[in-house]
Amino acid sequence: MDIIVVGLSHKTAPVAVREKVAFAPENMQQPLEQLQALPAVNEAIIISTCNRVELYAVSNDGDAALAQLKHFLVEYHQLSSNKLAKHLYVMQGDAAIRHLFRVTSSLDSMVIGEPQILGQIKTAYGFATEHKTAGLILNRFLHKAFSVAKRVRTETNIAGNAVSVSFAAVELARKIFGRIEGKTVLLIGAGEMCELAAKHFINNGVTRVLVTNRTFVRAEKLAAEFSGQPILFENFQEHLHQADIVLSSTGATNFIITPDKVNGALRRRKNRPLFFIDIAVPRDIDPRVNDINNVYLYDVDDLQGVVNANMKERHKEAEQAEEIVEHEIGQFQSWMAGLDVVPTIVALRQQIDELRQAELEKTFSSLKHLSDGDRKTIVAMSSALTNKILHPPTKVLKQAQQESNAQQYVDALQVLFDLEIAAPEGKLKAVESDN
Amino acid sequence: MGVNILFFKLTLLLYAVSTLLYLFSVVVNKPNSDRLGRWLLMGAFAVHTTTLVIRFYEAGYTPVTNLHESLSFFAWTLAGTFLLIDRRLRMAVLAATTSTIILVLMLFGSLMPMHIQMLNPALDSLWLPIHIGLAFMGNAVFTVAFVAGIFYLLQERMLKSKKFSALYYRLPSLDTLDTINYRCLTFGFPLMTMGIISGAVWADSAWGTYWSWDPKETWALITWFLYAALLHGRLTTGWRGRRAAILAIIGFAFLLFTFLGVNLLLPGLHSYSSMSG
Repeated sequence: MDIIVVGLSHKTAPVAVREKVAFAPENMQQPLEQLQALPAVNEAIIISTCNRVELYAVSNDGDAALAQLKHFLVEYHQLSSNKLAKHLYVMQGDAAIRHLFRVTSSLDSMVIGEPQILGQIKTAYGFATEHKTAGLILNRFLHKAFSVAKRVRTETNIAGNAVSVSFAAVELARKIFGRIEGKTVLLIGAGEMCELAAKHFINNGVTRVLVTNRTFVRAEKLAAEFSGQPILFENFQEHLHQADIVLSSTGATNFIITPDKVNGALRRRKNRPLFFIDIAVPRDIDPRVNDINNVYLYDVDDLQGVVNANMKERHKEAEQAEEIVEHEIGQFQSWMAGLDVVPTIVALRQQIDELRQAELEKTFSSLKHLSDGDRKTIVAMSSALTNKILHPPTKVLKQAQQESNAQQYVDALQVLFDLEIAAPEGKLKAVESDN
Repeated sequence: MGVNILFFKLTLLLYAVSTLLYLFSVVVNKPNSDRLGRWLLMGAFAVHTTTLVIRFYEAGYTPVTNLHESLSFFAWTLAGTFLLIDRRLRMAVLAATTSTIILVLMLFGSLMPMHIQMLNPALDSLWLPIHIGLAFMGNAVFTVAFVAGIFYLLQERMLKSKKFSALYYRLPSLDTLDTINYRCLTFGFPLMTMGIISGAVWADSAWGTYWSWDPKETWALITWFLYAALLHGRLTTGWRGRRAAILAIIGFAFLLFTFLGVNLLLPGLHSYSSMSG
């Protein structure tokens, strides 16, 4: 019994390849059922996002299943197998388990710690359960992956700090003001990034928005959009002291906000902190403004620097997350091993055979007159008998393993025959703690 | 060895463990990782309270008359004050620093002669616990303002220079630190004022004069003026942030000198709380 994965991601394939291999969410039934129908595949799930396409399967013959999955991917999308091959990665066993755990925990994402991937995998799992291609093992596997992702999220700070420029601005404001609820934002000029940042601020509790623009009509339009207040560009300086956060992005070629003006505004607001975000290139705000007490000025490069620092912090957290993943792989492996029927069959046969040998010895020691031929016949009879007795349970166990519900028989046999099975350590513990 | 000294040592140990746990939680920077440290600090505070009560009964007076007792009492008020603040603002960095200061005070306290001495008759008064209690509670509140001030400056520098160290991710917002500064000032200043007034009233009844310009009185007054200036600046012209943080740090330096420096270096009317007692 093995878990395998065939796939490609942003790490191995450009978008031009990824888009050709993607599966449309509105049509998942067909590919899932085709996968399930592959001879070597017992269970299957398809994860398809804009950054990755991965097919996970449970199989008794991993190598055969891998080949069939690859073939399926090529056939289904009518691609050339040579071209696709160099972008594909295949994993089996531990590596496949590790991979899904890492993907779900957002350790394999383009932006480490991004929150979307968990939802996307939950959706993919939804399709697999809807079309009944996920059985005992994949159910357990996916739920385990979700719980690993949850552990990573709660036990590490992997999603802790902003990794986009506009959100970094919001976080900086929080570092300065504590709460940004009830603060006032002044928007100078327009521009995509500026508006995006303003939206972030509003979503995070900013209640008052002032908008100014050289073209007053544009200021009015933008103000209406944010239910803010338009201000004439000519006298926006008069309103500077009302703002806690100033977002500037004009086409001006020289500084429109100077230390003088800021000092004046600061006096009028009794030194309450002012946070300037200068998104314009060339810059709108004199960098010397940053030297004034209680004033903080960030330009585009500064914000990018914050994002980079946050990124580094996430990478540090990711190292801890990897440890969690490794630990959970071990647990899941133990559970998988518990599903394997071979050790049970071996133990059962051994036990019966020992009994047979012991009884033969006892019989022969009291019947010393038997000829060698007679003895041979009795030995043959005893082994034929035990084999006949053992045949049906062996068959049932093997069948059950195919259907992935062997656990109940394994458990029953252990109790009924008092078997001691050389199980991997921690098996019982793993099963208990997972339930 | 008195039971109170045994308890003092147990208190010291608990503060040490709590400090270590807090420091650990700062390093790992996980939500709720400071829980154990907090429980231990609460436990240490409870045991410390018991220590003081036992010493009160063993000595027969409020144990604030020599340096060992003063340091222990200061540590106790600081722990109590911090636990009150901590109910509102849970911050591992602040807790780790404050508990380190508590630990240092206790360690110094353990190096001083610890045995119970005969009470100087001049101190045998109900004013003793009132005067000392108010003064040390004020000191404790200003110590928290000092810690917040240090972190304000560190945080402000990182925000200005745009270079973030690991500390940046562990510090609360500038506004929070500045608010602590302000709150501590509004609580600490009246406490300190009442401490000085109660001292003057006591001096009048014990020595026959309200004010004798002995070193402790002089330095306390200087410190009082400093904090008065800060409070005034905050309330009228909006002295906040960096300037308020710097003043809280300077104020603490004066405060420390008034408490320890004067005791150890400058002889005067308050000299019973020097090293030898």
